[in-house]
Amino acid sequence: MCLAIPAKVVRIEGDRAEIEVGGVRREASLALVADAGVSVGDYVLVHTGYAIAKIREDEAEEILKAWKEVLSEG
Amino acid sequence: MLSKFRDRELVRKVTERILEESRGISVRIMHVCGTHEWTITHFGIRDLLPENIEVVAGPGCPVCVTPGSEIDLIAELSQRDGVIVTTFGDVIRVPGTRTSLSEAKTRGGDVRLVYGIEEAVRIARQEKGKEVVHFSIGFETTAPMAAVEILKGPPENFSIFSTHKLIPPAMEFLLKSGLSLDGFICPGHVSTIIGVRPYRRLAEKYRKPMVVAGFEPLDVMLGILSVVRQIRDDKWGVENEYTRAVREEGNVIALKSISEVFEVADAWWRGIGRIESSGLRLRGRFKDFDVVSKFGLEVPSEDYMPEGCGCGEVLKGVMKPEDCPLFGKECTPNRPIGPCMVSLEGTCSIVYKYRRFRPKDAEK
Ligand code: SF4
Repeated sequence: MCLAIPAKVVRIEGDRAEIEVGGVRREASLALVADAGVSVGDYVLVHTGYAIAKIREDEAEEILKAWKEVLSEG
Repeated sequence: MLSKFRDRELVRKVTERILEESRGISVRIMHVCGTHEWTITHFGIRDLLPENIEVVAGPGCPVCVTPGSEIDLIAELSQRDGVIVTTFGDVIRVPGTRTSLSEAKTRGGDVRLVYGIEEAVRIARQEKGKEVVHFSIGFETTAPMAAVEILKGPPENFSIFSTHKLIPPAMEFLLKSGLSLDGFICPGHVSTIIGVRPYRRLAEKYRKPMVVAGFEPLDVMLGILSVVRQIRDDKWGVENEYTRAVREEGNVIALKSISEVFEVADAWWRGIGRIESSGLRLRGRFKDFDVVSKFGLEVPSEDYMPEGCGCGEVLKGVMKPEDCPLFGKECTPNRPIGPCMVSLEGTCSIVYKYRRFRPKDAEK
């Protein structure tokens, strides 16, 4: 029930967004991520109709890079 | 982007590392999230781990820990004339002590499934002559939506029955109760809201390593490696491996909304018992939206588990679902006896669906 799904923001109007999950479009509220600077094209995590976090892709890259380095030592 | 977190080669390397770095120690790690259990079971992560590493599921499913007496209460409310009860799909089949919401619906109760609380408010706007009661259930992930909707000012005929629960107090309860646990994988989506700080205090106080992890197989494997490594190095901190969604301070807007609308109260966790300061109830100034004061309800503080059901032990990570005498026999997802078999995120239902036919089991 705490499941949140990554979704792509395709349109924004005020604090509402149209999001796309696996080809299906639906609406979500951006009220909880108002300070995250979400724009069209960004990915957000959506839970019961609300975006709860902007997914920062660069962070994912960085952590993978860091682990790759750690794993290749030794 | 996520496909990189399923990179087989990387998973293999992490597996090797876990094997190497855990030599000579035995480690029992608990996670507290239904979605983590899904990843672990679905991708067969337990089969990849060496025998000295055990990953157990804790009370990570809000539906499973909702007391049966509260389900009775809301089910009975749905039988009243002019009342519409809204809730999430998972909740409807959970047996209470006397009845369930789906039974109440069969008996003519107006019970409607909603995708989110916003939809429940919309129903209240449409059905002006009726009282709409939303069964507001969930951990920190779900509480902010309820808070935001209450702050927006729903119509007068709307109220909620808040049975929201908080994860860190439950983790502390388990740590205090002396279960053998060496570390935690902290729930990713709950952490999106609460951030990393609440765990830091626990890790320090109980000297247990923790890691905030995402939900891809590699996320979980890296989480396990992080805990193993901390144990090997005699450290106990909180590492955040899910930085793509979780910030140290969490979601500040969500946290502010929660504390504006709710106050912390003791709460009853089904199968586990009363846990201090682990629940959220509406603050006094929102009592018009609180079904308990609006309808003058008495919330019973008793617990009941179906006879023979091991959910209490399963929720504490003490018993594996397969070891419950009812598992797969009397109790299946089609005919669930305990709450852990009902919810899609219940440990028993996940294990039943994804493990039963795995080759490893078939050999036995
Ligand atoms: S198998 Fe059924 S009865 Fe046994 S612990 Fe799981 S849910 Fe409860």
